[in-house]
Amino acid sequence: MVMWRTLVKRELQLLGRQKADWLNPLVFFLLVLSLFPLGIGPEPGMLKQIAPGLVWIAALLSVLLSAERLFKDDYRYGVIEQLVAGRQGLFSYVTAKICCHWLSTGVPLVLVSPLIAVLLGLDWQSWQVLVVTLLLGTPVLSLLSVLGAALTMAADKGGILQALIILPLYIPLLIFASGAMEAAATALPYAGQLAVLLAFLLFALALVPLAVRQALRMNVG
Amino acid sequence: MSIILAAEALSCVRQDRVLFENLNFQLSAGQVLYIQGKNGAGKSSLLRLLAGLTLPEDGQILFHGKPLSTQSELFAEQLLFIGHQSGIHPQLTAIQNLAFWSALSEQAIAEPYQLLGSLGLAGLEDIPCFMLSAGQQRRVSLARLWFTNKPLWILDEPFTSLDQQLIAKLEYHFLQHLSKGGVIVLTSHQSLSASYPALQALELEYRW
Repeated sequence: MVMWRTLVKRELQLLGRQKADWLNPLVFFLLVLSLFPLGIGPEPGMLKQIAPGLVWIAALLSVLLSAERLFKDDYRYGVIEQLVAGRQGLFSYVTAKICCHWLSTGVPLVLVSPLIAVLLGLDWQSWQVLVVTLLLGTPVLSLLSVLGAALTMAADKGGILQALIILPLYIPLLIFASGAMEAAATALPYAGQLAVLLAFLLFALALVPLAVRQALRMNVG
Repeated sequence: MSIILAAEALSCVRQDRVLFENLNFQLSAGQVLYIQGKNGAGKSSLLRLLAGLTLPEDGQILFHGKPLSTQSELFAEQLLFIGHQSGIHPQLTAIQNLAFWSALSEQAIAEPYQLLGSLGLAGLEDIPCFMLSAGQQRRVSLARLWFTNKPLWILDEPFTSLDQQLIAKLEYHFLQHLSKGGVIVLTSHQSLSASYPALQALELEYRW
């Protein structure tokens, strides 16, 4: 536990020093969403109708944007090589990385969601559902992008490769998250979609850290 | 004395080039394996094989007489590997980097400032490592050797960019580690100046 705390502290120190890593995705998210009312026209009905899809597509892309550099530095400076050789700390390192990636990209999206609700003309009820889907969905986004980053860390320009690997995995998430918001907007029950999101989260939480560890080992060997 | 690490008929192939084949050695407690060879002769590849990061093309590595693949957990517990890259994140300070490595090996450092001070880094503990010179970064990386309790050290070019004074200090530290029954495998282009009680030199030929 002491080890894990130190590793989380290290990731947070790194995020503190490299602010672009978490500020860029957030700014990207806000920019994309603020362009839609301008491009599509400010009719509230129209925006409200397409808002669920918009928010989630912007969230997907912004998380993807943040993931490319996740392991690059640690790989280049030999940290990962030495972690793999030492074995015992590797799993804690992976979980600390995932946790801090969510803290630095998922949580800010939740925090700016009231602003998004205003931009897209969402009502109170739709905003609440948006927050719940973000809380359930962004950890999955983080888990999957950490996996993509681990698989492509040794590739020189891994960005596009990473997008190709992860985007298909994001699609179910996109469908169910925006489905829940659409159902809520039309006053239909949406608990089913949220349950599916929760199932995704638990499934990913159980398996992805192991896959990431294996991917790191594979890339070093 | 029991043999801790041994190689039997080891061979390694990289990009269709045989780096070495039929390599044998045996290391017991208190011994150093000093690997020499030209650039590209396979020194780092051999160290990565010994650290269990890659698998040999042929032959096997024995740890306490058993194949390394069956002993990997136990082996990793006893191993301290510092590769060609320092393992130092340049955006973090020396203290933060040390905290990271000490947490991972679950070895608390009693006096991190004192330790860094004794390695000639007094006053530089709290600035990001990218502002340090290459030799100073190497010192931060090697500081691990002063608080670790792992018996088996595998070091890739530990003397690179260090000054004479620190090389002497490091070699003295090596001798102390060996006298406590440790094992060191290292590569270097410099000749070792201290006299080691049980030195095994291994020269890798550059082959086409």
